[in-house]
Amino acid sequence: MTDLATYNFAYLDEQTKRMIRRAILKAIAIPGYQVPFASREMPMPYGWGTGGVQVTAAILGPDDVLKVIDQGADDTTNAVSIRAFFQKVANVAVTTKTKDATIIQTRHRIPEEKLGEGQTLVYQVPIPEPLRFLEPRETETRKMHALEEYGLMHVKLYEDIARNGHIATTYAYPVKVEGRYVMDPSPTPKFDNPKMHMSDALQLFGAGREKRIYAVPPHTQVVSLDFEDHPFEIQHFDKPCALCGAEQVYLDEVVLDDRGGRMFVCSDTDHCEDRRAHGHVGHLLAQEAAE
Amino acid sequence: MATPLVVSEVAKSFTMHLRDGLQLPVVTGVSFSVKAGECVVLGGPSGVGKSSILKMLYGNYGVDEGQILIDHGGKRVDLAHADPRAVLEVRRDTLGYVSQFLRVVPRVSAIDVVADPLLARGVALEDARDRACELLARLNLPRELWQLPPATFSGGEQQRINIARGFITEHAILLLDEPTASLDAKNRAVVVEMIAAKKQAGTALLGIFHDAEVREAVADRIIDVSAFSPRKAAA
Amino acid sequence: MTTVPLLKVNDVSKFYGSRIGCQNVSFELWPGEVLAIVGESGSGKTTLLSCLSTRLMPTSGKVEYHMRDGQYRDLARMAEAERRFLMRTDWGFVHQNPADGLRMTVSAGANVGERLMAVGDRHYGNIRATAADWLRRVEIEEDRIDDQPRAFSGGMRQRLQIARNLVTAPRLVFMDEPTGGLDVSVQARLLDLVRGLVHDLGLSAIIVTHDLAVARLLSHRMMVMKDGLVIEQGLTDRVLDDPREPYTQLLVSSILQV
Repeated sequence: MTDLATYNFAYLDEQTKRMIRRAILKAIAIPGYQVPFASREMPMPYGWGTGGVQVTAAILGPDDVLKVIDQGADDTTNAVSIRAFFQKVANVAVTTKTKDATIIQTRHRIPEEKLGEGQTLVYQVPIPEPLRFLEPRETETRKMHALEEYGLMHVKLYEDIARNGHIATTYAYPVKVEGRYVMDPSPTPKFDNPKMHMSDALQLFGAGREKRIYAVPPHTQVVSLDFEDHPFEIQHFDKPCALCGAEQVYLDEVVLDDRGGRMFVCSDTDHCEDRRAHGHVGHLLAQEAAE
Repeated sequence: MATPLVVSEVAKSFTMHLRDGLQLPVVTGVSFSVKAGECVVLGGPSGVGKSSILKMLYGNYGVDEGQILIDHGGKRVDLAHADPRAVLEVRRDTLGYVSQFLRVVPRVSAIDVVADPLLARGVALEDARDRACELLARLNLPRELWQLPPATFSGGEQQRINIARGFITEHAILLLDEPTASLDAKNRAVVVEMIAAKKQAGTALLGIFHDAEVREAVADRIIDVSAFSPRKAAA
Repeated sequence: MTTVPLLKVNDVSKFYGSRIGCQNVSFELWPGEVLAIVGESGSGKTTLLSCLSTRLMPTSGKVEYHMRDGQYRDLARMAEAERRFLMRTDWGFVHQNPADGLRMTVSAGANVGERLMAVGDRHYGNIRATAADWLRRVEIEEDRIDDQPRAFSGGMRQRLQIARNLVTAPRLVFMDEPTGGLDVSVQARLLDLVRGLVHDLGLSAIIVTHDLAVARLLSHRMMVMKDGLVIEQGLTDRVLDDPREPYTQLLVSSILQV
């Protein structure tokens, strides 16, 4: 161990961490505003969550307990790699249990279990600019944010309804933060948007390739954009989780065989395991038990 | 009797810059007036400046010297020096004009071309169209043409549209530039009647009529425009 | 009459380095008035239009606009937020090339509805109904409402651009060669449409064109520009029937008669 070259704590050098912390503080001070920062090269490709990793590296302390999820799961390649990365470069405690974690780095999901005070959720963001798809000029989108010209966001939702009869945007659904900045909540499903509103936890967003950090401080209003006659709605699932029987949670479709067999299970694996540990049984498990 | 139109010492010349600044004097010292209920006819050989005088009175030609005083809603307006906005206001409310040729607007039906001056004065669309129909019927324009844009109409048909458009309002002053030139005897007679009715109603009319018979029928007074010829003045 | 000018232009000049864009232009535009600015390419008419519509800052001079609250405001001194708000509510700008004024990748309905959403309209049904009504007014079939302007002809695009601009009932519309790239028959339709809308809505408009027929049909008053200067202005009929300046005479005499 000692004869190997050692990394600085949490991989990044201290000056870089300071720079990122300054950006984070600014982002917290202006909820929803995208703060540019000098994103570093990380030992993983863009798209693997380099923005989230840099934010996590900058806020991580030796006493923190880290949880990393990808699509709600703790055991996917991306989650496992990032978790291993921080174990190696910071030697911090890791967990898969939501309530035990102090920092949760996520791609795509907000855990089902309500986050509490003192917890920090770090999002990996691919494209931070919600206006980008309709307005390609960065100079123009910055001006639009500065002048609060957000009509274009509704043009996008209008197009959705015109094409599909309802707002078909199901992820990266735009929100307005504290009545001021319109923000892209990263590619989380809109199912999770209400969890952002008045959350007790601190939410930080890092986009490595796009070099932007933004934040939603605790107890901040986060309102999903909508029309009066087409109000914001989250996804609803017909059946409960096949494994733990949970309702009102976000489900993933899992194909079971090549004859059309499939099941819907919790996307949040920790939540599912925890329920089962407490004796909740979904219909599929009940079936297996019967056999 | 009121005198809604007074022309005083008006002079006009053209400078043809494309022909090395050639000066083309048109008229000079034009002075006359028209009373309410009177029809004054500008006479004299062609090329003497009759049409130019009408165009100056309507604002299409600028005026070099003199005044054109119009009684516009109780106010004297000097059209020779009025700004474009004032000229348009006088045209809308006080000064009517029947030109020789119809300026065709694409896609607008004959009825709406005729009704337009009333609409501009704020008359309701239905009322304006009713009034337009009455006039077109009176001028014997075939009913099947009313809904069509007049671009493809014959000269006589277009002229009748023009007359209807000029006569539809109750402007205090009406300028007529050969309104009967391409009409047949029957329609000429209608126009003569319409002019008589305007006189009866107290309109001041000033016109050019080449047709001697019509001229005799409508004119209270003939002004010989040759008297304003600059060549004569110079001589 | 208690009406006052909508736009007061006082001695506006624009220089590009030492080159003149336009120089010493002054005029007033009144409510309901349509002004045509004519002149050949390079005469400064588009520069002037840009200065008036705040797309360019004049080098000197002042442009004042009569706001809805009854106050005159110097456009150059207005905050950018307010100026942009003015431009998308009380003003319209019709570009020669419709692609410059439209969002080519969103539907016709959203193109028309964008201004409504920008001023806070949040009722999809109402926005769509208003958009459909405007498409009808500019003679675009209602069943094209969900098509993108990419699928439209040049004339339709231009009509869509006009609808997009007029939906917030602006009081002043700037038009830069609105019939520029269109066929003659398409032009006639567009001109008639614009004429009708200007008349019905009581719009004021400033139209830049090199086509005297457009000026004759649409405008009450015209200004002729040459080498950055306004060389002649007045009632449209007067300027065209009795042009005074050598250059205006040349322009008028160059009209092709059919």
